[in-house]
Amino acid sequence: MSFTSVLLLMFSAILIDNFIFSKFYGCCPFLGVSKNPSTALGMGAAVTFVMTVSSAATWLVYKYLLVRFGLEYLRTMAFILVIAAIVQLIEMFLKRFVPALYRSLGIYLPLITTNCAVLGAALTNVQRGYNLIESICFGFSAAVGFTLAILLFSGVRVRLENADPPKCFKGFPTTLIAAGLLAMAFAGFSGVRFG
Amino acid sequence: MCPTLATTTSFINGIGMGLAATAVLICSNFLISLLRKFIPSPVRIAAYIIIISGFVTAVELFMKAYVFSLYQSLGLFIPLIVVNCIIFARAEAFASKNSPLPSVADGLATGLGFTGALGIIGFVRELIGTGKILGHDITFGVYEPAFFFVLPAGAFITLGFIIAGVRRISDVIAERKLRAKEDKNK
Repeated sequence: MSFTSVLLLMFSAILIDNFIFSKFYGCCPFLGVSKNPSTALGMGAAVTFVMTVSSAATWLVYKYLLVRFGLEYLRTMAFILVIAAIVQLIEMFLKRFVPALYRSLGIYLPLITTNCAVLGAALTNVQRGYNLIESICFGFSAAVGFTLAILLFSGVRVRLENADPPKCFKGFPTTLIAAGLLAMAFAGFSGVRFG
Repeated sequence: MCPTLATTTSFINGIGMGLAATAVLICSNFLISLLRKFIPSPVRIAAYIIIISGFVTAVELFMKAYVFSLYQSLGLFIPLIVVNCIIFARAEAFASKNSPLPSVADGLATGLGFTGALGIIGFVRELIGTGKILGHDITFGVYEPAFFFVLPAGAFITLGFIIAGVRRISDVIAERKLRAKEDKNK
């Protein structure tokens, strides 16, 4: 494994295989917490933090606990527990040692346990057979892709507030259609090939 | 939310996903309502997660054994049923407060509603995107399928239009009811 291959992996996780626009992992917070750029950025930062840590932790649990005892089929259960535990730990840790960060990210942390992007990243790591470093890089860059998407979209939504669609399109349908247009833009990256 | 967009590339996939979620929903509602007196409320979320993920694993292994092609096309979204908001919401709002039988009924009703919605989205996307119904071509060379609707971007747009359409219909019905009432009062 070379440095270039890790770089390519990160690039493709951020843009080409963007979690939201090509895999639909993490659509709930994407549509729910994207009302304005500052909350979107907060959510993105919290997800990035948790996803990087949990990618490493779930990889270790899988390799040294599940594979060792032949319990691979329990991975869903094990991973969700690990993620829930990590979210709790991070929450307690931040509350105790970095109160300033806790105040800005705190409200997003409990939401992350049920964010399918985090579990999705953990399962993808295992499925693609990444090693520890690749897993961490993949988790981190997938989360950066998520942050990018949610931040861009929150900007679009601020502008949408001023739009005047037909009554039945108001609110959620317009949001979805705008997301579709943004997804089209990201689909442009899928033509990018390396090598 | 996520499976609604990701697994509805065809009618069959949508229905398959819906039925898998329904099975999990019924089982988890049943078990949670049986155990509702024994689960202490501070750790109830963790307990729900364990119960739900247990059933999800069971469904995953079942699908791998009997409907392998569906298992492959749904991919990671079967394990991701664990974090589906609907299942949590029903466990928390209904199963933890009611006895087993109504909980099972609630799980069945919610699950079938979910399946129906996924089926409709899958049907529309398959029809416009590939010109097929259940894999049978019905375009007769007249209509050029817009493959766009099978792609991720098409999913968002289709769902947006479907929701708008449903709203429009329910608005019209409500308006008619209101008018009928007014006529009666006269």
